[in-house]
Amino acid sequence: MTDSSEHQGQCEISFTVNGEAKTVRVYAMERLLDVLRLELGLTGTKEGCGEGECGSCSVLMNGGLVNSCLIPALQAAGSNLTTIEGLAEGPQLSALQAAFLECGGAQCGICTPGMILASRQLLDKKTDPTLDDIREGLSGNLCRCTGYMQIFDAVAEAARRRNPA
Amino acid sequence: MTEEQIIGQSVPRKEGRDKVTGAARYIDDMTMPGMLYGATVRSQISRGTIKNIAFDPQFDWSEFAIVTAKDIPGKNCVALIGDDQPCLADGRVNHPEEPILLLAHSDPHFLRMAVDAVSIEYDRLPAIFTLEESEERSQIIWGTDNTFKTFLIAKGDVDQIWEKADYIVEGEYTTGAQEQLYIENNGVIASFHDQHGITVWGSLQCPYYVHKALMTLCNLPAEKVRVVQVETGGAFGGKEDYPSMIAAHAALLAIKSGQPVKIVYDRMEDMTATTKRHPSRTRHRTAVTKDGKILGGEIDFTIDGGAYSTLSSVVLSRGTIHAGGSYDWPSVRIRGKAVATNAPPHGAFRGFGAPQSLFAMERHMDRIAQVVGISPVEIRRRNFLKPGDRTTTEQTIREEIDLGKLLDRALVVSDYHAKKARFSRENEVGTIKKGVGIAAFLHGAGFTGSGERYLASVVGVEGCADGGMRVLVSSTEFGQGTNTVLCQIAAEALGLPYEDVRIAPADTKRVPNSGPTVASRTAMVVGSLVRSACLGIKQTLMASGMLPKSHSPEQLRAACKAYLAAHGELRSFARYEAPEGVFWDDQKYRGEAYACFAWAIYVAEVAVDLTTYRASVEDFVALQEIGRVLHPILAKGQIAGGVAQGIGFALYEKVAWKNGRMQNGQMTNYIMPTSADLPPIRVFFEEMGNVHGAYGAKGIGELPIDGPAPAIVNAIGDALGTHFASIPLLPEDIFEAVAADREQ
Repeated sequence: MTDSSEHQGQCEISFTVNGEAKTVRVYAMERLLDVLRLELGLTGTKEGCGEGECGSCSVLMNGGLVNSCLIPALQAAGSNLTTIEGLAEGPQLSALQAAFLECGGAQCGICTPGMILASRQLLDKKTDPTLDDIREGLSGNLCRCTGYMQIFDAVAEAARRRNPA
Repeated sequence: MTEEQIIGQSVPRKEGRDKVTGAARYIDDMTMPGMLYGATVRSQISRGTIKNIAFDPQFDWSEFAIVTAKDIPGKNCVALIGDDQPCLADGRVNHPEEPILLLAHSDPHFLRMAVDAVSIEYDRLPAIFTLEESEERSQIIWGTDNTFKTFLIAKGDVDQIWEKADYIVEGEYTTGAQEQLYIENNGVIASFHDQHGITVWGSLQCPYYVHKALMTLCNLPAEKVRVVQVETGGAFGGKEDYPSMIAAHAALLAIKSGQPVKIVYDRMEDMTATTKRHPSRTRHRTAVTKDGKILGGEIDFTIDGGAYSTLSSVVLSRGTIHAGGSYDWPSVRIRGKAVATNAPPHGAFRGFGAPQSLFAMERHMDRIAQVVGISPVEIRRRNFLKPGDRTTTEQTIREEIDLGKLLDRALVVSDYHAKKARFSRENEVGTIKKGVGIAAFLHGAGFTGSGERYLASVVGVEGCADGGMRVLVSSTEFGQGTNTVLCQIAAEALGLPYEDVRIAPADTKRVPNSGPTVASRTAMVVGSLVRSACLGIKQTLMASGMLPKSHSPEQLRAACKAYLAAHGELRSFARYEAPEGVFWDDQKYRGEAYACFAWAIYVAEVAVDLTTYRASVEDFVALQEIGRVLHPILAKGQIAGGVAQGIGFALYEKVAWKNGRMQNGQMTNYIMPTSADLPPIRVFFEEMGNVHGAYGAKGIGELPIDGPAPAIVNAIGDALGTHFASIPLLPEDIFEAVAADREQ
C-alpha cells in the first residue's frame, strides 16, 4: 500500500471509515488515533491514556474492537473502520446510543464513544448477553463517572430492543 | 404526594445526544488558526534552588516561545486563598514536577523533544515527605512551622469524661492519596489580543476561579479576561484549582508568542503533576460506657497538603467538621491540622476531607463495638444523632431524620443478619472468608460555615427569541448533570416544558458568578437561585401586563416574545441571601456548619481469598436520604459512580511515592476498578422533607464517596477477625496484617 512518491518518511494509505473510502498521507508509525482525529476530523474518538489501558480511543477495525492509540497507521491500510460518528443513521440514534442516553450510560461523555463501540462489538458477538458477559465484555473500557451500573442497564436495554421478544 | 411535573422525572440529559454521537467538543477536539502547542519544563528534584537553566545548542530555540517567571506581567502566583503557590518557580523549587519554564511550538512532536533539551542545574536542599517528618520540623519548608492551618472544635468538658468511662478506646487510622482519574486529562487553549485581553477555553469546574487567577497573574481588569468552560470529561474536584495553573501557563505563552496556545497534558503529566486527595492520619481516643454510649472523646485529624497551601485549609475544615460522623458527642475536642511536605500540592477530590475523617470514625465505631462487646449495628444505633441533638459544632439537628429507621431498612435490603449468620458458619472451612460491614455517615451540603454568605452567588434567567428561556450560571457540567437539573428546576418554576429551557455556556463574558461547581452545592444552592430568578421573570411579565396570572406555557412564550419585541431583553437575576437566624462563628468553629446534611447507611459484603489475599466486594447497598430526588437516573448514577470510586479508594488505588514524586503515574500501574471488578451497586433513596434546596433537594455528589471505604474495611475485618486501620488495602497489605496477627 505504500506510495512510491513518499517523502520525509510519509506514505499514502487507503481504508474505509464509516462506509466512506479515504486516502491519507501518514507516517507509517503514526497512531491511527491521530490519523482519525487530526487528518479526518473524527474527534469523537478520544484519547484517555495513550497506552491502551482506558479504551476511550476504541474503534472497530474489520469488526474487531481495537485501541486506536496502539494501532500504527500502516496497519490500518485496507481495513474497514467504524468510529462513533458511523453509528447513527442521520438523526436516528442507533439502539445502543439511544439506550445509553436513556439509561444514564453517559455522564461526562469522554469514555462514551469507546464504551458504545465496545458494547456494539459485544452485541454483535452475543445477541442476548448475560450480566457477566457485559461486565467482561466492557472490562477494557474504563469509566470513572458511572460506576458502570447504568452502562450495564443501557447494554441490556439495547439488546432487548434488538431482540423483540 | 407532589404536584411537580418535571421535578422527579428522568428527563434526557441536555447534552446527552452530543455525547452519545461523538459530536460533543472537548478541549482537545478544538483547534484555532495559527495555534501553537505548549509544554511545561518541570522540576526533577523535591526541593532546592535553581542554579542554571541551559538550552541544548543543537536546537534552534528562536522557533520557540519561551516563558520563565520573569515574563509574568502581574503577580507570580496562582491566586486562590493564600497566594503562596508560584505559577512558575522563580529561583526555588519545593516539589517534584513544579513548573519552571514554558515552551510553545507549532509541532507537538518537536516540542516534546525540546522539553528534554532544557537542562536545569540545582542546589539540592533536604526535603520532607511524611506527616511525621513535617511535624518533627527538622526542616522548615513552609512558613515558620510547616503548618498551613489548624482548627479546634471544642464541645462540652472533655477532661471530665475519662473518669466516668467504662472503656477508653484508642485508635489510629490512615488513608492514602487518591488520584481523581477523570478520563479526560487537564487541557486549555488561550489566546491574547491587545484590545480584548486574554480568552481561555478549557476543561474546568470553576470559570471564575480561573478568571480571578488570570487577573492577578496578568495584571488585567476583569473585562479583559474571559474564561469559557468547554465540554469537560470528568473532574471530581481535580479540575477545581489546577485549571488556574494550566490556564495561566497557556495565557503566558499566548501573550509571549502572540498566537493561540493549546496545552493538553498526557496521562503521566496529569497524574504526576496535578492534585490528589490529601493523605491523612486520624487518632481517636473515646470514652464509652459499658452500654456502648459515647461520653466524649478526642480526635486529632491531620492531612498532608503538599508543598503549597492551595485548598488545604478548606479540605481540612470539612474533614474536621465531619470527624465526629453521624453521632451524638456530649463532649468532644477535635483538632485539625494541615501540614506541608515536598510533594505536589494535594487538592480537591469529591468528599474534600470527609472521606478521610469518616473512614477513621467508622472504623473506630467497629473497634468500640468490639471492646464493649456489642454488635456494629447496636453501637451505631445507640449513638446516632437525633432531631434536637447538637453536632460537634453545636449545630442543632432540625431535620426530621431517623437514622435508626434508615439503618433498619439498610439491614433488610442488604439481608445483613442472614448473611452474617451464614458467613460465620461457612468461614469455618475453606479459603474464602466472607464478611459484611456497615458505614453510617453524613455529608454537609454546600459551602462550610459562612462560605455561601461570602460567595453571594448570582444566577440569571433570560428570555429567548422563540419564547423559551435560558439559564445563566457559571455552574458547570462535567458529567454530574448540572445542565439537566438546573433546566428541570427552571422549567418547573416557569411552567414550561423541559425542552423550552436551555442553559448558556459557562462563559464569564455571558454568565454571572453563581459560585464554583463544588461542595455538592449546585442543585441545592444554585438550584434555589434558578427558581427565584424564574419567578422574577414571571413577575416581570405579569407586571408588564403581557402575562395573565393564570396562564398556559403557550401564553408564557408569547409574553416572552412580546416583551422582547418591546424592551429588547428579558432578564431576571437572583442573589444568594443567607437564611435568617443562621449562626456560624469562624473563630470558635461553632454553629451551623451546613444548611443541611445528607445521611446514609452503606453495607458492603466482601470475600477475601486466603490463597491470593485479594479482597473483592460481592454486594453493595447504598441507602441515603438526600431530600427530594430531582432526577432519579442522574441521582442513582451519582451514587453508583461515587461508590465505585470509594471501592477504588479502599482496595485498588495506591499512589507509589518516591521522594515526593508519584512513581506509578499511568493507568497501567495505578489501578482503578473496571466493570469486571465491581459488585452490583444497589442504590436506594429515602425521601424526607428539606426546606433549603429547590423543591427540597440536598447535595448529593460527594456523599457516596464517604461510606464505601469504611464499610468495606469493616467487612474485611468481619471476615478475617483482623484489625485493619489503613487504606488502600491491597492484597499484600491484607497478607501482612493477617501474618502479624498470627504471630501474636
